[in-house]
Amino acid sequence: MEFLFDLVANGLLVGLMYALVALGFVLIYKATSVINFAQGDLLMFAGYAAAVMTGGHGMPLWAMVLVLCAGMVALGFVLERGILRPMVGQPVVSVIMVTVGLGFVLQGLVTIIWGANTRELALPVRFEPYIVGPVFISPINLVAAVIAVLFLIAFGLFFTRSRLGVAMRAVADDQQASMVVGIKVPRVFALSWAIAGLAAAAGGIIWGNQIGVDTFLALVGLKVFPVVILGGLDSIGGAIIGGLLMGVIESLAAGYLDPLVGGGTKDFIPYVLMILVLFVRPYGFFGHETIERV
Amino acid sequence: MINRESGVFQTSYEGDMALYTLPLARNTTRVVVALLVLLPVPLIMANNEHLMSIATTIALAAIGAIGLNLLVGYTGQISIGQGAFMMVGGYTAAILSSRYGMPFWFGILAGGCTTALVGILFGIPSLRIKGLYLAIATLAAQLIIEWVINHVPWISGGAQSSIYVDNPALFGFEFNTEFRRYYLVLVVFLLAFFGAQNLVRSRIGRAFIAIRDRDIAAEIIGVNLFRYKLLAFAVSSFYAGVAGALWTYYLRIANYENFILAVSIEYLAMIIIGGLGSVLGAVFGAIFIKLFPIALDLTVVSISEGVFGVPYQDVANFLANMQLFLFGALIIFFLTVEPEGLARMWEHVKRYFRLWPYSY
Repeated sequence: MEFLFDLVANGLLVGLMYALVALGFVLIYKATSVINFAQGDLLMFAGYAAAVMTGGHGMPLWAMVLVLCAGMVALGFVLERGILRPMVGQPVVSVIMVTVGLGFVLQGLVTIIWGANTRELALPVRFEPYIVGPVFISPINLVAAVIAVLFLIAFGLFFTRSRLGVAMRAVADDQQASMVVGIKVPRVFALSWAIAGLAAAAGGIIWGNQIGVDTFLALVGLKVFPVVILGGLDSIGGAIIGGLLMGVIESLAAGYLDPLVGGGTKDFIPYVLMILVLFVRPYGFFGHETIERV
Repeated sequence: MINRESGVFQTSYEGDMALYTLPLARNTTRVVVALLVLLPVPLIMANNEHLMSIATTIALAAIGAIGLNLLVGYTGQISIGQGAFMMVGGYTAAILSSRYGMPFWFGILAGGCTTALVGILFGIPSLRIKGLYLAIATLAAQLIIEWVINHVPWISGGAQSSIYVDNPALFGFEFNTEFRRYYLVLVVFLLAFFGAQNLVRSRIGRAFIAIRDRDIAAEIIGVNLFRYKLLAFAVSSFYAGVAGALWTYYLRIANYENFILAVSIEYLAMIIIGGLGSVLGAVFGAIFIKLFPIALDLTVVSISEGVFGVPYQDVANFLANMQLFLFGALIIFFLTVEPEGLARMWEHVKRYFRLWPYSY
């Protein structure tokens, strides 16, 4: 029973980190109907940049965070302008492939500039775990969770309270109607990529700290697909709940199934679950269902 | 005779139904096929196995790319699982040949059929979902198949996940040199190429295209979506399975590393750079994607050694990353500048010369 608690608690913490990455995905999909296969690579790029800034140049943490966030927002703008806007009206597979190509470019770029060695991204957090009853929680996980929660709350407020956030939701709902009421849709597209860049910056710092910074960091992007499918591709709340759920499921699978089959179920169960969800409820638990009939 | 058309006038039904209605197109095709058949002759004389292996690799990749283009380019069902489907074909053939002593042609057919069944299984979600969701479902198929093959010792043949097979042989004739294996691959490639060209102009091909252009409209005019979507998955996976099995016989080893997610993406890149919805485009794409890293290697190495005097070992790492970078950049370039790929460029060239030299 204690084992179970431990697994669930850690799963939830990891799940929040998944939710953070999923958020970038969902935002772009919701506003622009583009699925971003390069979200993991953006995250990796941010992680590398963060590791280089704190490692080699010895920048203080706050300065690093500021520079990184500004840089990633700028990168988001540039990407939208340069390669996503020409893709408007192209078939889905082309749009997917352009983000895949972007992923390759980013991976090649970071290794050419900064090398392929694994870097450490140190955060000033203590190492010994907190022990709450039967549950061991490592402080770094807790920090990651706090950052994730702060981020999610900030986004929640942005979307419900601010003018721009409401405009973004309007565009997600109906592009033509929002044009009619005077929202500049291209600007909203650019903004959603900028915010995705911001989410990638946060994800890059947290995940980079957890698993080390190298090109494998980009694989976090693959993990996010089950999360967003479970929650629904166009639901922000769904991304959060999907992330939490997937974290717990992964953690339980690693705890209970790994000893039976000899490891690695963590990389397998989420995708099986995803296929099942796609069979039964393709639009996820909270996604918007589009109905087409003859 | 180099005669050009001034309108297409056929006097028989046979002429009307021919794959290539123009004498020019027929003759060009014959010449190209003859050149492909004769290609090994100078290479045998020069005893250049390396160049031969490049040609074989391209032909192998083209089979897989044609299969993928039938699904993605013609039917509009996105698949990021081509590598995994090839893996199924490859391992099926390897298991049948190495453990049950089946001949290679049976291994290839069985590999194709098994993969077709697996393809149908993972194609079932396509009946309910499409576009992005289907892309993600096939991505899951890739990861699940990869995991299963790696974690079931009976399939993967133990820790290294690789199974060795003997040289393919037919009636005592063993395909034991690079040049002999080229002919084996070439025959299958030609069958695959002309098979696909015929398929896409048949009733089935028209149904595929109707589904791609608008599935609901296709259903209204009587195309059975259920049947044709699954058929598209089956045909495409069959091609993938055959390519995977051939790949295994060619390398004489089945190894999952030849069929990972990056390979699936490489095949998608082939059909996008070559041209979606074009059999010839898939071949162009295969040629381009397979030749590109080789050309890059040669240029970078000659520059670094000739101009800067840096030995190959020092640039090898840079080269790998540069390949990745340029590969991505090329995909982006083609998608934003020429979305219909090399096939469309080829059309432009043909159109120019059709009216040449009086292009008005």
